[in-house]
Amino acid sequence: MRNMSSFLAGLLFGVGLIVSGMANPAKVLGFLDLAGHWDPSLAFVMIGAIALASIGFFASRHTGKPLLDDTRHLPTKKKIDVQLIVGSAIFGAGWGIAGFCPGPVMVAVGAGKTEAVIFLSAMLAGMLAFNLFDARRTIRGNADAR
Amino acid sequence: MVVDWANFTPIESLLGGAMIGLSAALFMLLNGRIAGISGVLGGLLTADGWRDGWRVSFAAGLLAAPVLYVLTRPLPPIVIQASVPLLILGGLLVGFGTRAASGCTSGHGVCGISRGSVRSVAATLTFMVGGFVTVFAIRHLWGG
Repeated sequence: MRNMSSFLAGLLFGVGLIVSGMANPAKVLGFLDLAGHWDPSLAFVMIGAIALASIGFFASRHTGKPLLDDTRHLPTKKKIDVQLIVGSAIFGAGWGIAGFCPGPVMVAVGAGKTEAVIFLSAMLAGMLAFNLFDARRTIRGNADAR
Repeated sequence: MVVDWANFTPIESLLGGAMIGLSAALFMLLNGRIAGISGVLGGLLTADGWRDGWRVSFAAGLLAAPVLYVLTRPLPPIVIQASVPLLILGGLLVGFGTRAASGCTSGHGVCGISRGSVRSVAATLTFMVGGFVTVFAIRHLWGG
């Protein structure tokens, strides 16, 4: 059941990306190009998404336990630190270069776009690079603490 | 600033956005999880995370979306203008950056803001500015 609802959530998310225009990098770049011919559409994607998601998160706070799991899995980090800001800035730069972020590139791969496969491969390599970097840092941090 | 009215799609974008928000809402109410794509995918690349059925299923749902969509109507255009070296550079930066920041457009931009996380607001403002600046540099400084 859990996997089935995950699949359906992913599917609905993906269809939302297609319908909204977010799955099209040219449209994303049109939104990010404030100084050119600016396409404000993606602001409407955010408005629609946040409106519905807010209701869901508000409701989940009151229902407590999710329907298909014993507990809610919420992020534990609260601090705004250097890593959050630098990481987000790096992500923004990559987003502006190709017009892809993680969700839309998956949809474009599903649509059979070769360019999207190239981007996704590089993106997964970038994620793996961070995981390794983070693991090394943790080991070094533990050694220093000793 | 000149608004590109020809490509402006407020109704479709609002509707598609609502579907994304509904997906995030259902994922929290049913599975108790944040619909953050970089987290879902990044977790698959860790020692234990690749076994998580829910990660694989969510990713499969994203991949299946265009395949099932075309059964109902033609797929809207997906226009990719970046060259191969830029696709690789962009991919590396997005992968590394989203993991460092623990989230992307979905995890921070949609879910984080919706649950009132100040951290996510800061992340979203930062990657938006990063995107604006990068596109400005590419299109208006180098591109001329």
